[in-house]
Amino acid sequence: MEELVCLRKMKKNSSGVIKKINGSKDMERRFRDIGLFSGVWFRLEGRAPLKDPVALRLKNCKITLRNNEADIIMVEPRGGDL
Amino acid sequence: MSISLALAGNPNSGKTTLFNALTGARQHVGNYPGVTVEKREGKWIDKEKIINVTDLPGTYSLTAYSPEEKAARDFLLDNRDFAVLDILDSTNLERHLYLAIQFLELGVPLFLAVNMMDEAEKEGIEIDTNLLSSLLGIPVVPTVAREGKGKDEIYEVLSSNDSLNHTGQGFDISYSDIIDESINDISEILKDLPSVVEKYPVKWTALKYMEQDPEILKIVNKADIYAKVEKIFNEVRKKTLDIYGLEPETIISDKRYGYISGIARQTVKYTKESSNRHELSDKIDSVVTHSLIGPVIMIGVFYLLFKATFYIGEMPMAILEAFIGWTGDTAAAVIPDGVLQSLIVSGVIDGVGGVLGFLPLIAVMFFMITFLEDAGYMARMAYMLDRIFRTFGLHGSSVMPFIISGGIPGGCAVPGVMAARTLKSKKERIATILTAPLLVCGAKVPVFVLLCGAFFGEKAAMAMFWITIGAWAAALICARILRSSVIKGDSTPFIMELPPYRLPTLKGVILHTWERAKQYIKKAATFILAISVIIWAAMSFPGLPEIKQAEFQSMRNTAYSELSENKAELDKKLIKINNLEKEAKLKNSAAGRLGTSMTPVTSLAGFDWRVNIALIGGFGAKEVIVSTLGTAYSMGEVDPEAPKALSDKLNKDPRFDGITAVSLIIFVLLYAPCFVTVVATAKEIGWRWAAFGVVANTAMAFSLAVLFYQVARSGLFS
Repeated sequence: MEELVCLRKMKKNSSGVIKKINGSKDMERRFRDIGLFSGVWFRLEGRAPLKDPVALRLKNCKITLRNNEADIIMVEPRGGDL
Repeated sequence: MSISLALAGNPNSGKTTLFNALTGARQHVGNYPGVTVEKREGKWIDKEKIINVTDLPGTYSLTAYSPEEKAARDFLLDNRDFAVLDILDSTNLERHLYLAIQFLELGVPLFLAVNMMDEAEKEGIEIDTNLLSSLLGIPVVPTVAREGKGKDEIYEVLSSNDSLNHTGQGFDISYSDIIDESINDISEILKDLPSVVEKYPVKWTALKYMEQDPEILKIVNKADIYAKVEKIFNEVRKKTLDIYGLEPETIISDKRYGYISGIARQTVKYTKESSNRHELSDKIDSVVTHSLIGPVIMIGVFYLLFKATFYIGEMPMAILEAFIGWTGDTAAAVIPDGVLQSLIVSGVIDGVGGVLGFLPLIAVMFFMITFLEDAGYMARMAYMLDRIFRTFGLHGSSVMPFIISGGIPGGCAVPGVMAARTLKSKKERIATILTAPLLVCGAKVPVFVLLCGAFFGEKAAMAMFWITIGAWAAALICARILRSSVIKGDSTPFIMELPPYRLPTLKGVILHTWERAKQYIKKAATFILAISVIIWAAMSFPGLPEIKQAEFQSMRNTAYSELSENKAELDKKLIKINNLEKEAKLKNSAAGRLGTSMTPVTSLAGFDWRVNIALIGGFGAKEVIVSTLGTAYSMGEVDPEAPKALSDKLNKDPRFDGITAVSLIIFVLLYAPCFVTVVATAKEIGWRWAAFGVVANTAMAFSLAVLFYQVARSGLFS
């Protein structure tokens, strides 16, 4: 298994699969309700002009979150589409 | 026979579009009890039935964490006779089914509208709605809400008695053996608990307990059986952590998603590789949110928004103002001179009319803002600006309330405060609502134009620019102070969906604009009416004592006898006397006396009784400041749009100079929001915060004005 990286460290246009969310239960629930949970593939589409927040392209939607929220998401880097 | 229908669904599922398609203009907007979540209700009259439709707030889930989710959930728990239509985006089916599953768990009479079927088709997504229906055991209707397609099918489901009575029969989801067992055990205990049975379905309550739903926990923990339930939960939690390393709630949610992906695999087929809509949306985003081009476009959008608002709003506004003026003149002609005439013309018509005059501007502005919101651009603005706003304890979505309130001079804090509804987090919302009125609203502009014109001559435009910058600085700094004192707390997570760009429907935008306009008219007809009558009374009573009146009368008589030959001179003289009388009357009135009695304090900031009265009037509506100042300087009525004469007069007043002007600008910029804004604030976040805004802003404005005035007068600047 490849090593997990923190979502914040990922570069633009790289993609991966969410493996772990390290935050509180409340944060985990918020992420899950909007569609971010373990096993979800995404591509990091870009960052706002001031480098924060970050925008993720999921299979059928686009989600944005702040860098400090990206900190708690651990990702297995992976290329291509799902 | 009448039927009740609740529309539910994720944000951006086309729920509101479908609601508009079903009910047309027969709708009204209220609030869910106790929260400021908008509740839309409407009537769908079709064939021989009247269907009462309620639009539930858009949510991703049915937890009790956000006010929207709680409102939707409580509504369904309290109104069991409602049929629930869950609207899903067919291009995003899996994600949207997550909410549908939760409705099935709750056990409401459910059916689904798989919406935007046209877009799905374009993208090569095929959905077998019949199979979906039989797998879930509920009716499924394909729809295209924008075109009103699917209405008949929805009607059919609602009219056939049986189809909704046994919904969810085929629905059976296992959350793993351990959890299923615990849900059964907990149900056994809860089924004898009146506080649960009366309001909640038992099995659902047990499931929610396993998910540690805060509301359910509260209810169960109040009952004496709570220890038994807690013991079951703790045992299960220990097991799930040991075996899977996961919390029970994570397992429950994983199983839901698993169940959904099983269903999706059978019912959804992708015939094309990529999705066109997202491709287009992504392309637009690569320009619109580009790190250099993005901000430039955004500034352009702001600029256009305001140019267009005033350009388009100008004509209807002029017509409306002419009509209000005509009404006033007619009333003055019909009603005999005296107190009643003054009340009707100066109190009611001028007061309410002055506010209604802004209606076209507000309508045009809301039209464009709704367009931007429905098109998906607002979310991008929040995304781009979040970093800046967060520094000051606000949220990316604070940008719109700020802009509308006067972030570009000429806005209005009333719709600005209302626009803060898009902010989901409470603390940021309160901070936004309290600070947005500090910006340069359209009613403050004439005051600044007057003062800048009088004292800064050619530099007036530059001064306006710095006032705007100052207003932004004040609003942001105040937000920061509020967020680190009275509304302290971490910033709420930003996680937000950036919806795909869509062309808004004209119907939706018009309906929304009309709603806002209606609210504004209602306010003008109630609160503003009352306030303008009060201000009118304060400025009219008590009248001049008879001796004084006689004095002015004798002045007039002298003028008649002296200038009887020269008609033009006589008229001039008479107007002058009338204006002097008005000034004397104003000074003698309750407001005038209050203004005079405050002079010892306000002179610290350089304000005399004339300025005081004007500022007192400004509590009601900032528009009043210039016209009252005019009366106080015995100018008669001053047109706020063309205050040239008054500005000359101010310039000649030896006690009034540039320093006084700046001090007054500081005060007017920052002091209490106008009464309409206060009422709007109270409606959104309660009277306590509204009162806080009035007191804190006025205190801050006065301290800063005094500070500036005293320092400037001491000669430090020269």
